[in-house]
Amino acid sequence: MMKKPPRIKLPDTINTGEIIEIKTLATHIMETGNRKDAAGNVIPRDIIHTFTARFEDQEVFSATLGSGVAANPYIAFFMRVPGPGTLTLTWLDDEGTTTVEKLPLNVS
Amino acid sequence: MLNRRTFLLEGSAAAAVLALLVGIPGVRAEPAAAETPEFKTTLETLLANAKPHDDGSLVLDLPESVDNGDYVPVALAVESPMTAENHVKAVHLLSTANPRAAVATFRFTLLSGKARVTSRMRLAKTQDVVAVAELSDGRILLTRRKVDVKVGGCGI
Repeated sequence: MMKKPPRIKLPDTINTGEIIEIKTLATHIMETGNRKDAAGNVIPRDIIHTFTARFEDQEVFSATLGSGVAANPYIAFFMRVPGPGTLTLTWLDDEGTTTVEKLPLNVS
Repeated sequence: MLNRRTFLLEGSAAAAVLALLVGIPGVRAEPAAAETPEFKTTLETLLANAKPHDDGSLVLDLPESVDNGDYVPVALAVESPMTAENHVKAVHLLSTANPRAAVATFRFTLLSGKARVTSRMRLAKTQDVVAVAELSDGRILLTRRKVDVKVGGCGI
């Protein structure tokens, strides 16, 4: 589960047809499942395993993450903006938590 | 019997032999750790008998050396027009010596515009990191970079 909402950075101004960079930072422990607690019991894996970016009803970018991704996963990717619309970012973790952020893109 | 003294003596003898094998410590970089069996099978599955190319168009950007293996910045990029006829479908990031070989798979679409992604990975020890790109024409690109890790990512 994310302790606080993810941070997302978009350019201040976006033009139609422009390729923009979208920077995302989730707050997540990314517990590998390979560590043991003080009593010697394996701490179960709890990672964000899937990240998806969709624009309206089309997929823009997606990622499958393993335990080798650092804690508080940072993912920056690109998007060709076809026009105004809503960007939906989704993070799924092993606990079954889904975090969704919807960002209307103000396109000039 | 193994007491503290003989353990230390044996340890220092082993260290001396290792120093001879590796060269003067601190002068020559530590060699990359051996590839794990899991890495080899993961790569084989990914390639599915395809012959990968390394023509320089897949760029794996990593620091040459890091103090801390917990947060290693990584960037992957493939020069591509990202058109329906010619685009990058996915880029896979693999570790050759972490407990888990598959670090991440990034999938692109025509809306991606650029086949480029930046993230942060964990590295348990000095090793090679491998990137594999799948192109729309069926070609596979592969490149690798060694990263020296001074302190491995804890609990990877």
